[in-house]
Amino acid sequence: MDQQQRSSSGYSHSPRSPSSQPYLSVSVTDPVKLGNGVQAYISYRVITKTNLPDYQGPEKIVIRRYSDFVWLHDRLFEKYRGVFIPPLPEKSVVEKFRFSAEFIEMRRQALDVFVNRIASHQELQQSEDLKTFLQAEEETMERLRAHESSYFKKKPADLLQIFKDVQSRVSDVVLGKEKPVEESNPDYEKLKHYIFELENHLAEAQKHAYRLVKRHRELGQSLSDFGKAAKLLGACEADGLGKALTEFGAKSETLSIRLQKEAHQLLMNFEEPLKDYVRAVQSIKATIAERANAFRQQCELAETMKLKEINLDKLMLTRSDRVGEAEIEYRELKEDSEEAARRFESIVRLMNEEIVRFQDQKMIDMGRAFHEFAKGQARLANNIADAWRSLLPKLEACFT
Amino acid sequence: MMGSENEAESQLFASREEMENLVLDEPSDNPNGNGGSKSFSDYRSVMSSLADTHHPLSPLLTPADSDPLLAPQPYRDLRNPSLSHDNNSYIEPPAYADVIFSPFDENTGSEINGIDSPGRSSDSSLSLSRSPSSSSDYIKITVSNPQKEQETSNSLVPGASTYVTYLITTRTNIPEFNGSEFGVRRRFKDVVTLSDRLAEAYRGFFIPPRPDKSVVESQVMQKQEFVEQRRVALEKYLRRLAAHPILWNSDELKVFLQVQGKLPLATSTDVASRMLDGAVNLPKQLFGEGSTVAPQDVVQPAKGGRDLLRLFKELKQSVSNDWGGSRPPVVEEDKEFLEKKEKMNEFELQLSNASQQAESLVKAQQDMGETMGELGLAFIKLTKFETEEAMFESQRVRAGDMKNVATAAVKASRFYRELNAQTVKHLDTLHEYLGLMLSVHGAFADRSSALLTVQTLLSELSSLHTRAEKLEAASSKIFGGDKSRIRRIEELKETIRATEDAKSVAVREYERIKENNRTELERMEAEKHADFSNMLKGFVLNQVGYAEKIANVWAKVAEETSGYATDSA
Repeated sequence: MDQQQRSSSGYSHSPRSPSSQPYLSVSVTDPVKLGNGVQAYISYRVITKTNLPDYQGPEKIVIRRYSDFVWLHDRLFEKYRGVFIPPLPEKSVVEKFRFSAEFIEMRRQALDVFVNRIASHQELQQSEDLKTFLQAEEETMERLRAHESSYFKKKPADLLQIFKDVQSRVSDVVLGKEKPVEESNPDYEKLKHYIFELENHLAEAQKHAYRLVKRHRELGQSLSDFGKAAKLLGACEADGLGKALTEFGAKSETLSIRLQKEAHQLLMNFEEPLKDYVRAVQSIKATIAERANAFRQQCELAETMKLKEINLDKLMLTRSDRVGEAEIEYRELKEDSEEAARRFESIVRLMNEEIVRFQDQKMIDMGRAFHEFAKGQARLANNIADAWRSLLPKLEACFT
Repeated sequence: MMGSENEAESQLFASREEMENLVLDEPSDNPNGNGGSKSFSDYRSVMSSLADTHHPLSPLLTPADSDPLLAPQPYRDLRNPSLSHDNNSYIEPPAYADVIFSPFDENTGSEINGIDSPGRSSDSSLSLSRSPSSSSDYIKITVSNPQKEQETSNSLVPGASTYVTYLITTRTNIPEFNGSEFGVRRRFKDVVTLSDRLAEAYRGFFIPPRPDKSVVESQVMQKQEFVEQRRVALEKYLRRLAAHPILWNSDELKVFLQVQGKLPLATSTDVASRMLDGAVNLPKQLFGEGSTVAPQDVVQPAKGGRDLLRLFKELKQSVSNDWGGSRPPVVEEDKEFLEKKEKMNEFELQLSNASQQAESLVKAQQDMGETMGELGLAFIKLTKFETEEAMFESQRVRAGDMKNVATAAVKASRFYRELNAQTVKHLDTLHEYLGLMLSVHGAFADRSSALLTVQTLLSELSSLHTRAEKLEAASSKIFGGDKSRIRRIEELKETIRATEDAKSVAVREYERIKENNRTELERMEAEKHADFSNMLKGFVLNQVGYAEKIANVWAKVAEETSGYATDSA
C-alpha cells in the first residue's frame, strides 16, 4: 500500500480491506489523444473505487482532461485557505513535446498523485468539489469548467496581482526592506525564510537531476555510435581481430539500450519527484500569500472597526440621530472583523498542521526517490559490469 | 584535481612494478609471441652487432609479456562467472589498465616540464606494443628546456634572428650508442632535416611523420603555449623513431641524438637553389652531352631532386602510363599489393570514423561524471541547509538520507572521471593508428615513384634502341660507312649502356622498396593485432572495474534507504 497515502488520511486506499473500513481510491489512467490540430488534447480515465455513502456506488469511471484538474485545484485553493493544496504538473509546455509519450506518461503520473493526495487529505477529502470532480458527467464538468473560467476571469488576475503584491511584500519582509502590515511572529518569519530558501536549493538540485537524465541519454547514444563504428572496423579486419571488434561493437550497442532505459527510469522515479517537491514548495508560497492577505484584511477591519467605535461614541455623546445607523454599521463591521479574525486564525492553525504533514510527507517522498535512484544506479552499474565482463572470454578466444 | 591524479599515479607505480615483476617471470612461449616471430627474423638478420638475442624494441616480446591478462591471479577469478560479486571479482582496474599502457612513464609528466595533459600526453605515445616494458634494453628520449637563441651571422633573411632550441636527452643502454646518457640542443629545422634524410634513406618504410611546420609569426613561435605544444610533439616523434625496429639504428638518428653542435646532416636546401642547380645541368642534357646523372642518383626520386630533365621525362611517362600508351614490361601487376592498398584505404576510413566516435564517447563519460558531481554538491548544500534550519525531526531524517545520496554521487563522479582518464589512454590507440596511416601512404608513394622511375628508364631505353637501329640502318646503306653517323652510333651505344646501368639500379631499388613495404606491412599487421587487442581488453577491463566500484557505492545507499521501498517494487 502506498505509504504516502496512509500517512494523513482517515480512509484506507486498498479496495481489498474489509468493507466496514471506509476507503476512497482513485486512479488516473489511460491517456487518449482527442481532437485535431490546435484543439487537440489528452483525456484521462479517472476511476474511483469507494464504499463511502455520498458517492455513487462502489466504482465510477469518468473522463477528465487537464483543465478539469485545474478547476479542482483552483476551487480547493479558494475554499481551503491555509491548506497546502497538492500541486499540479506544469500547464504550458513546448508544443513539440506536448504529445510525446514520455511527457504524457509523466503528466498522467503527476495527475494521479495529485488526486490521490487530495483524497487522502483529512480536510480536502471532504470537499464537495472533489465529489463533483470524481463523479459528475462530462457535460456537467464541461459546463462548470467554462463557467468558472468566465466567472473567475477577473479573479485569477486579481489573485495573481494580490499574490504578486504579497509575494513582493513577503520577500521584502524577508529581506528586511519594508514594514507594512505584517505578523510579528518570529517562528513564522523563520518558516517563510525557510520556504523561500528551500525553493532555490530544490530548483538547483532538480536542474542537475534533469541534466543527469540527459547525460544518460547522451552516453547511451555515444555507446551506440561507437559500437557501430567498431563493427565497421571489424568488417575490415580478418579473423580474430575482426571478430573481436564485431563482438565488442555489439556489446556496446546492447549497453546503449540499457542506458536509454535507465534514463527513462531516472526521469520518472527521481527527477519527477524532485520537480514535484519544487511544486509543493511553490504551493506553500501561495498559501503564505493567502495568509498575509488574510492578516492584512483582519488588521484593516480591526482598524476600521476601532475608528467606527470612536465615531459611534462621539455620535452617542452628541445624541445624533445618526446613532442608530452608525450602530448598525458598527455591528456589521464587528461581525466582518470577527469573521476576518476567525479566517486568519483558521489559516494559522491549518498551516501549523500542514507544515508538519508536509515535512513528514517529504521525508517519505524523498526517501523513496533516493532509494529508487540508488537502486537504479546500482542496477545499471551492475548490468554494465556484467555485460563487459561477459565479453572478456570472447575477446580472449579471438586473440589466441 | 591535479592532486588526485598524482595520487592515482603514485599508487600505480607500486602496483605496476609488482605487475612487471610477475610478467618478467612469465615464460615466453605464448601465442602472441610466436605469432610475431616469423616476420621479425628479417629484421633480426638486418640488425648487426647485437649481443642480445632479444632486440630491445622487438614487439614480439611486448604484446604478450606486457599482457597481464594472461598472468595474474585476480584476472582468472574475473573470468569465473560463478564467483559472487561481493569481493573477489572486484579487481583494481587502474593497476591493470596502466600496466598495458605507458610502461615508461615513471616520471614523464612530472619530470621536466610539469604539465602532464591527461589525454595525449607524451607518455601515451608509448601506448603501442612496441614499447618494451619487460626487456632490459631501452632507449628513452626526452625533449625539454626550450630556450631562445640568437641567429649568428650569414642569415640571408634579415630579421629572423631568434629561434628556439630544445634539449634532447637520451638515456640508453644499447651499445650502438656511445654512452648511456647524453644530451644535445636542436632546433626544429634540425628535425626537418632529420626527417627529410630519413625519408630519402629509408624509402618504403613506414616512417613516422614529423610534427608540422607552422607558418606563424615569430611572435607566436615564442609564445609559451606554442613552444610547449611543439616540445610535446617533438618528443612523441623522436620516441616513435626510437621505437621503430629499423629506424632506431639509423645513422641519421644516431647523429641527431649524439653529435654536439651543428647537425652534420645535409640540409634540405631551399627550392630556389635547387632549381638553380637543376637548371645548370639542363643545357648539358639538352645538347646530349651524355648522361650527367650518375646511376646511383637515379635511385633518388626525381621530384624534389635536382634533375629537371628527369622530372620532365617521368612526368611524360606517367602521363603515357595513365593514357595506356606503350606498355612497359614492368607493370604494377602486383595484384596483392593493390588489394592491400585498397584494404588499407578502407581501414583508414573506418579507423577515422571510430576515432571520432571514441571522442564522443569520452566526452559523454566526462559529462556524466561532471553532472553527477554537480548533483552531489547541490544535495550537499541542501543537506546543510535543512540541518541548519530544521524545525522537525523529519527534516533531519531527510537531510541524513540526502547526505548519503550526495556522498555517493560525489564518489561516483570521481570514479567516472578516473574511468575516463583511463579510457582516453586506451582509445588513443585509434588515434595513433590514424597517424600511422600517414607513414603508410608515404611508403606506398615511395614504391609508386620508384616504379615510375623504372618505367621511365625502360621507355627511354626503348626509344634509344629505336634511334640506334634507325641510324645503323641508314648508315649501312652508305658504302664505306658514314663517319659522323658511326660516331653518333657509338655515342648512342654509350648512352644506352649508361641507361641500362641506371635501369638496373632503378629496378633493384624498386624491388628493395617493394620488400620494405612487404615487411613493414607484416610488422604492422602483427602490431595492430597486439595493439588493438590491448586496447579492447584494456577498455573492457576498465569498464568492468569502475562499474563494480560505482555499483558498490550505490548499493550501500540503496541498502540504507531500503526502508522507504514500496511493496510494489
